[in-house]
Parts: sequence; structure tokens; C-alpha cells
Amino acid sequence: MESIILLLSITLMYSTPLVFGALGGVISERSGVTNIGIEGMMVIGAVAAATASYFTGNPWIGFLAAGAAGALVALLHAVASVSFAADQTISGVAINMLAPGIALFACRFFFDGAAMSPIATKLPGAVFGNMSINITTIIALLFAVIMWFVLYKTKWGLRIRAVGEHPAAADTLGINVYRVRYACVLVSGMLAGFGGASMTIAIISQFTQTAISGHGFIAMAAVIFGKWHPFGAYGACLLFGFTQALVVVLGGGNFIVPSQILSMLPYVMTIVVLILFVGRSVAPKADGVPYVKGSR
Amino acid sequence: MKQFEKFLRSRFAAALLAVLVGFIVSAIVLAIAGYNPIQAFAALFKGAFGRPKYVANTIIKATPILLTGVSVAFAFKTGLFNIGAEGQYIVGTVLATIVGVKLNLPMPVQIPVVLLSGIVGGAALGSFVGWLKAKFGIHEVITSIMCNWIAFYLCNYVVMSDTFHKPNSSSALAVNPSSYTMILGTWKKSAAGKEFLAGVPWLREVLLKTDLNAGFIIAIIVAILASIVLTRTKLGYELRAVGFNRDAARFSGISVERNIVLSMLISGGICGLAGALSITGTSPHTITLLAAMESYGFNGMSVAFIAACSPLGCIPSSILFSALIYGGMSVQQVMGAPSDIINIMIGTIVFVTALPGIAPLLADMVAKKRRAEENVRVSKDGTPLPEKEA
Amino acid sequence: MEVSPQYAVQMHGITKRFGAFTALDEVDLDVRKQTVHAILGENGAGKTTLMNILYGLYQADEGGIFMNGQQVNIANPNDAIQLGIGMVHQHFMLIENFTVTENIILGDEVCGAAGVLDMRKAREEVMALVNEYGFDVDPDARIEDITVGMQQRVEILKALYRGAEVLILDEPTAVLTPQEIDKLIEIMHDLISKGKTIIIITHKLREIMQSADECSIIRRGVYMGTVDVKQSSETELASKMVGRNVNLTVEKTPAHPEDVMLSIRGLTVKDERGIEQVRNLDLDVHAGEIVGIAGIDGNGQQELVDAICSLVKATSGTICIAGQEIQNTNPRNVLNHSVAVIPSDRHRWGLVLPMMVEENTVLERHGEDLFGKGIMLDYDKLHDFTSKLIERYDIRPAGCEEERMSGLSGGNQQKAIIARQVSYVPDLLIAFQPTRGLDVGAIEAVHKTLIGERDRGAAILLISFELDEVMDVSDTIAVIYHGQIVGTFAQGTVDENQLGLLMAGGEAQ
Repeated sequence: MESIILLLSITLMYSTPLVFGALGGVISERSGVTNIGIEGMMVIGAVAAATASYFTGNPWIGFLAAGAAGALVALLHAVASVSFAADQTISGVAINMLAPGIALFACRFFFDGAAMSPIATKLPGAVFGNMSINITTIIALLFAVIMWFVLYKTKWGLRIRAVGEHPAAADTLGINVYRVRYACVLVSGMLAGFGGASMTIAIISQFTQTAISGHGFIAMAAVIFGKWHPFGAYGACLLFGFTQALVVVLGGGNFIVPSQILSMLPYVMTIVVLILFVGRSVAPKADGVPYVKGSR
Repeated sequence: MKQFEKFLRSRFAAALLAVLVGFIVSAIVLAIAGYNPIQAFAALFKGAFGRPKYVANTIIKATPILLTGVSVAFAFKTGLFNIGAEGQYIVGTVLATIVGVKLNLPMPVQIPVVLLSGIVGGAALGSFVGWLKAKFGIHEVITSIMCNWIAFYLCNYVVMSDTFHKPNSSSALAVNPSSYTMILGTWKKSAAGKEFLAGVPWLREVLLKTDLNAGFIIAIIVAILASIVLTRTKLGYELRAVGFNRDAARFSGISVERNIVLSMLISGGICGLAGALSITGTSPHTITLLAAMESYGFNGMSVAFIAACSPLGCIPSSILFSALIYGGMSVQQVMGAPSDIINIMIGTIVFVTALPGIAPLLADMVAKKRRAEENVRVSKDGTPLPEKEA
Repeated sequence: MEVSPQYAVQMHGITKRFGAFTALDEVDLDVRKQTVHAILGENGAGKTTLMNILYGLYQADEGGIFMNGQQVNIANPNDAIQLGIGMVHQHFMLIENFTVTENIILGDEVCGAAGVLDMRKAREEVMALVNEYGFDVDPDARIEDITVGMQQRVEILKALYRGAEVLILDEPTAVLTPQEIDKLIEIMHDLISKGKTIIIITHKLREIMQSADECSIIRRGVYMGTVDVKQSSETELASKMVGRNVNLTVEKTPAHPEDVMLSIRGLTVKDERGIEQVRNLDLDVHAGEIVGIAGIDGNGQQELVDAICSLVKATSGTICIAGQEIQNTNPRNVLNHSVAVIPSDRHRWGLVLPMMVEENTVLERHGEDLFGKGIMLDYDKLHDFTSKLIERYDIRPAGCEEERMSGLSGGNQQKAIIARQVSYVPDLLIAFQPTRGLDVGAIEAVHKTLIGERDRGAAILLISFELDEVMDVSDTIAVIYHGQIVGTFAQGTVDENQLGLLMAGGEAQ
């Protein structure tokens, strides 16, 4: 029983960064912009959170700094993919190369050439018996609900979905496609930044080079698996968080499988899930297609 | 004016502009962080080309990224984004190490066998990603990233396994010397060789102080072959047709699935070769726990993009990036500035190459100015009108 | 013409350039209030560009726009909507997985506090409009589930919902049956009687004669004048549009059908969603005849072609080419049975735009020894082969062998596809929408080529959404509805109304 609660608690913990990343993916792709740069934005968020939290002693400032830093990097992606109609995959990849460079540079700059930050103040959590839940887990759930409400119950959501499905149609009705996409990509970066923060100032308490290792891409897989729906993505992240929890729980004990092989589990699981679900999940029609005024 | 406009539209201008922006951005970052950018760039240049052995090392370091660059470029020309070059490279090193440790054949057999096993490893991982895309339609970017991490942990597993672990180290056993591909590897250490080299100091420095090996020559041959396959063969024709327009290719009786797998197989194989050549050509001739830190696959992407994904263009661009990466290390040694500035520079360069319009945009501005100056009125007759595919 | 309040819309001296092209050169347009004003011109003449300027999607480089005698500035669609202009685009601007109501209110939503949608009130408002104009539209239906005619009415509702006084209809009849066209004309006249003004863009002469009061003609971006439709005739309009006298009929000799080349029996094809798109379909095409399939888009034509080409699986039934079954094999096998296909969407199915023209002309045949031995591709041979096709089919610009295919105009791209397909000397030629988006001269050339191939002895299967084309070119006319052939006629034994009824699922008299 105890180990089940432990597993559940670790699952929630490890799924939280993924949830933020996946929600970022949902909002961006719903507006028609593929955001492969989620990973890079999470890395930036991770370093910003740890640094700001360390220097101010206030983890909430770290959390907000992470969102702002993620959004700033997302601005680059928005400029490239919305204004310049660039190849969104290349732009995202470039951001994924740029971000670790910036993160490490900043880390070494602030912490005397060290590739990892000192221990920073963590965000608070609540303990229920054997179960501990960090506040970020609750914020993530809250964001999922808010995003669902915005996307499906408000006019902004209607417009975002319209822009992601048929931008020319939205344009003819006077909806500014570029503005909607800019906003969604920026929000996407902010959420990814929060995701990075919930790794470095909630799960662990410092920035390291491998703090974010493929989480952004797993989050993207969760977007597909979750059919571009906030709740679907949330559920998918729980599954992926569970596999990571398994790695942590089993890796610590005397399990027969070598730890290196066990570490592959989340990545293998992602591929398996994609094989099973990718064909049944339909992306927004204009996802990844730059909108150029006048072309249809 | 007109020639300048034409120049701005060329690929070379786009690459040049990207590099320029890369330098400017990193100069700004350095300045903000309190380092003198001019000094830093001078250190970088000296570190890359300052001595014969530095030049040699720049070429040696260019070998793997030339190959991974060709791999990414080849895949991209056929419509695929091989972001998995990193993992395929790692699997290449792992298999080459396993075979190179376990087998000890005569050199002329051993080297091809070790290289081939690296190729097989990379090709297997690459074609797996291609198969996932062809069969299930899963975007290759996500699966390749997952495969990169799987390859990384596979490498760690082999390094730490009882059979291959080198005691008291973070690496595996080195491959047998019969696998080595260094140039004049035995001669340079022989008495005759030492005697000769004593008279030619620069050659002595290059041969004895570096792992100068046959890899770069092989890599250039592969780049040329890749270019020929893409532009002069029926296979390349089909691969490109599938890459540009899958529907039209299928409609014309070309097997889309087969070509996707084939393209990733070739692309992965080239990365595997890169991995194997690193093992046979350079110390420590084995794999280590730090496989993920070398980023040969990711740097290959930068090499490919700045070369506009032309396999031949990858040759100069691999030298450029190798100089940046290798020379960049001395920025930290000389000035204490974080060498990650190079990654910021490279990231910026790739980002700018991703913006399709910048150099042509400048060209448009020049053209507009020119047209205004010449006061050309566009004729209303005789010019074909743009088709409105409403 | 002077600016006056009796005109709903006046556009004076409109010039629009795209780079080096002048799409519109000092074009004038004066639309009287409460009239139907047609804009006539060939594909690419600039009609749609002119209307996109009026709707604020493009900005004119020169010229002014006036409404009710006042100069107006239209910088974006929002301005146009504010001024009471509504536009129904040729390709509907509807979001397929939204409901009718969601599509209508998008951009002008009915909201409670803080942007929260009030869907109940929105639905009431939409229903009120539906009732006022007597449209037969379900506000809760999803767009992907309703007919094309209904989708068009949703588009009109979208404009009316925003209070449009001037309605622009871009090629509104392209996708409708003759009966639906009649209904649309009725709707248009009803709108006029309720005080609206309508501008209709078209290249179909008959509809102008039936529906419009005045007609302005644009040729290659140049304004050719406005005529009173009642004082004019189809031939006069046609010659003004094209700039020369045109022959509106297709000339051909009677067919001499021989053995059956294509024989389809009991063919059923399902789409990805498992819905039967082709249902138990039978069809024969003989060598030496043209069989035309008439039907509205979306009645199984695409799936029929895909099944013949083995691009999709047939659930049941047989497809025989010269007696040999070819269903559920692969595209390569079908091509090897001497089948050539002119696809409906040339950019999607027919061409690899970033590749050179000479590479595109051998898309199906690059593997043959003719174009290089072994694994190599001999570009000199591609060049020579392509030069011959360019000369023979007058593909322009001459000497474009090594240009990118994307650089050619649509008409020349289509010529290149047809040249390629005919170069195989096929036994069966399938032409799916072969004249889509082409101008009159190019259409004539395509029809001539099809008839020439027939006279050589090939079997031709022509599938077109243009009823006139099917009626003019085919020797045998078959009507497809809901994936079935619902009637087959020899040319000249059936009229447009009968075919229209069958196309809409009715019974022929």
C-alpha cells in the first residue's frame, strides 16, 4: 500500500513538468503553430527558475521568472514561424540548440563557471499522510481546466480553434490571424517555462545540464496522444509521468533490470503509445502551416 | 546594384548573413557579460588555426560533423528531418566498439568490418525511425529524439557492462589496435619515422601530437557520393520526388513507404559511419559515459542547414563549425568566458538560416530601390499574369 | 463615371501589382443599388483580385473606392464588414468541424461577461435569420455533414448576420447542380427585393444572362466596359471576355467504340471513416469512346479514381483493364497496364513543383532504360525528351526544361501533365477535372487532345464537375450520385435538366 502511494505521489510529481509542456503544445498547435521548441523553452525556464529563486530566496519569483523567460524565447519562435513564415520545425530545432547554450552560459556566468546551480529554495508542497503534493501539480491541473474553459467556452477559444483549422476563413471575418498565433505561441512558451520551473524548483532544487532531458518532446507526444485536448494531454502526461516514476521507484531497489535499461522506459513507452494512437488522432488542419495573407 | 541584388539572393549570402548575425549576437552577449568580444574572437581564431596541430585538430573534429551533416542534409533533401543523427552516431560508436574489442583480425579486414558494424548500427536505428513514419505516420522528429535517449542509455549500459567495462574508469575497453585508422600510425612511432620527423617540425607536431586519421578523406568521399546519388541517380530522383510531394509520387507509382525507410537507412548509416570512424581514428578509441555531451549529431544539423542541405556544401561548413567548436574551447581557457557562448552562436546561426526570407528580403528592398531609380513601368501587355488558383 | 449616391459601390482607377505583374490596370466598376451586377472574365483575368480589394483582403496600389457616393477606405475585412460588405468565396471559408452557428458567429460572437460564449442566444439569432430569408439550414449541424448547397447558404447567412448590404458572390455556381443554381438565382432575386445589392463573379455566360442586370468585363487585368445584359447576347459577352470570336461548341466526329477497355463491376470503396463513398458501381469504357461522368463534387468521384489507381482499397467488386483484374494491387501495376491519369488537383497529385520541368515529365517513367542505364539517370536524355513535348504541346516559356515546375503558369503546368500522360500512348486515359482553372484557349486545347486520343483508339474516362464539359465532350454520359451510376445516356439523348435532377438524387423524367 505504501509503495502504491509512493508511486502515485512520484507519478504526479514527474508528470507536472510534462503537463505544463503539453498544455503549451496544445495551445500553440491549436492555433496552427507547431512548437518543437517546447524542450528549449523548458530548459530556459529551468535555469531561470533556479537562478531567480536562489538569488531572491523566493521561489515564486523563480516561478514567474521561468514563465517570462520561456515566453521570451517563444517570441523568437513566433517571429520566425508567424511573421517570417519559416519552417516551424527548423525554427523549433534552432531554439532547442540555442536554449541549452543560453542556459549553460547563464549558469556559468552566475555561478562562477559551474555547470549546475547551487541548491535553490523550492516551491511549497502539501503532505497528506504518506503522500506529498507540490503546489506546481495543483497549478498544472488548474491551468488544464482554465485552458479547456478558454478553448471551448469563450470567444477567444473559438477564434483560436478557427485560426488553427482554417486561418483564411478567420481572416475574412476580421480575425487577426497573426495576433492570435503570436499570443498562443507566447502563452505556450510561458507554460513551457513553468514546466522547467516545476522541474528545478519543485522536483529537484537546482538546475543541472540534464534536468530537462527530452521532457519537451515527451510532452509533444502527449499532445498527440491527448488529441490536442487539454484534458487528453493531461491524462497522457500522467501515463508518461507514471513510467518515469517506475524508473525512480524500481531503480532505487534491487530490481533485476540494469538501471540504464530501465531508464529507457519513458522513451520506449512514448514510441509505443505513438504507434498505438497516432493514426486515430487528428491534428488541427492548419497545424504547422504558415499563414501567408492572400494565399489559401 | 543588380549584381549585389543577385548576390543577396544566393545561398552563399544567406549563409554569410547567418554567420554574421551569429557573431554579432554572441558579441553582444559577451559584452553584456563583461568580456571583450574582440579578444574572445581572437582567442577563438588562434585556438582553431594558431598552430599546425590546431589546424589538424580542427580537421579531425570536422570529420564526424561532416558526416552527420551529410546525413541530415541527405534526409532533408528527401523531405525528412533526421534529428536523430545524435542517436545514430552513438549506436555507431557502440557497435564499432563492441566489434572492435571482440574481433582482432588483420588490419585490412578488421577496419572495414568495424566500420561496417558502425554503419549497420546507425542504419538500423535510422530505418526504425523511417519505418515508424512510413508505417504509422509518426513524425520522425519525436521518435528520433526518443531514440537518441534510448541510444544514450544503451551506450551507458554497454560501458558499465561486465564484458566491456574498463575497471576504474568511466569508459569501455578500447578497440584492438588493428582497427586504428590514424595516418602513418605505426611508421610515425618507428625509429625511421621519428628520425625523419625530427627534420620536419610542423609535420612532427601534426603527426605525433594529434590523431590525424583517414576519416576526413572518407567523409569527403561520402559527401561526394551522397551528392551524386541525390542528383544523378534514379534512386535519388525517387527519394526527392517522395520528399517534395508524397501524393504525386504515390500517384506515379513510386513506393512512398519504401523510399522513406531507404532514405532514413542511408542517413542513419552515414551517422553510424561517423561514429565508427571516431572510434577507429581518435583516442580513447572507445565509448564513454559522456556520449550525450559531445553533440556530434546536433552539430551535424547546424552544418547541414548552413550549407542549405547540400552535401558538398557541408564540407566547408563542417570546417567552419569545427573551428568554432574547437577554437571556442580556448575562449574559456584564455579569458574564462563560458565556452557555451559558441552554442549560443551556433544556435543563432541555425535560427537565422531558418528564416527563409531575410537575405531575399534585402534583395527585394534593393530591387525596389533600383526599379524606382530606373523608373521602369511594368508593361501591361505581354507579361503573363499570375495564376489565381483561387 | 461620376460618383453618385445611386451606386452602392464604385471602384475607380483600381491598379494592383504583385511584384512585376500588374494584375489590375486602372479598372473601373460601378454597381447600381439593388441590382445584380456580374463581373465577367477568364480565369486569372483579375476578377477575384478586384473583389478581394473591395473586401479589404488586398490593398489597391492606385484608385479609389466609393459607397453610396462617399469615398471609403477599406484596409481590412473588418472595415469592409463595418461598411456592410459581405463576401462569399469560391472555396467556402467554413470551418469543417464547427457547427453552422459557430461558423456564422465567429468573429462577431454573442457573449456574456468576460468573453464567455452565449450559445443559446447565438442560436436564436441565427434561427431568426434563417426564418427571415427562408433558408433550409440546421443551425446545429456540422459543416462537414451538410451539402454544398447548404454550405453556400451558410456563407450567405454569415454575411447577412453581419448586416451586409452589398453581397459579393465569387463563382457561386461552380459546385451546384442546375436545380441548385435555379434556387440560388431565386435567393438572389429575393435579396434584391429586400434591398440588397449583389456582385457576382463568374465566367459562365448563361448564368449572367439569367440573373444579372449589368455585366462588367475584365480581360487580363484591363477593364473592357460594362454592358446591359438585356441588350446583349452570350456570343457578344464571350468575344468581349476572350478578345476574339470563340467557338462555344466542341467539334468532333462520331465515335467508333471497339472492345471494352475498362470494366468495373460491383465496386464498393470506403473512406477512412468507414463510410461507403462508392457503392456497388458498374461502369464500362470502350476503346475509341469518351465516357463522361457527370456529378457534384463529393459523390464518390475521387474515391472511384483512387480505386482504379489502386491508391485505396476496394471493399468489394472488380476493376478490369482489357480483361485483367487490377483492383487492390498497387499504382505501379495499374500504370503498367497502360493506364494514364490526369489528376484533379495538379499541385497535389500531378506535379513535384520544386523539381525541374524535365524531371516532372518522366515522373512515372524515370525507371525505364530510355532515361538511363542501371541506377543512373541520364539528364541529357530527359532534356531531349522534354524538349520534344514542350514543342509539340506548346508549353511556355519555350526552353523551360531546366526551370522549376513551380515557375510555370497553371495552364502550362496542366499542359505538361497532359503531354506526359499522352506520351505514354495509353490504352486508357482517365481525365479528372482536366480543365480546372484554365482559360478558354487552354480548355479548347485540352478537349482537342482528349478527342485526338479517342480517335487514336484509346478509351477515355472523363470525370468533371462542369456539366457543360461532360455534355460537350463525351460520347456517353453517365451520372454519379452517392457513389452509384444512376443513369447512362448517349450524347444528345439527354438534356441538362434531366442530368441535373439525377445529379441531385432525383428521378429523370
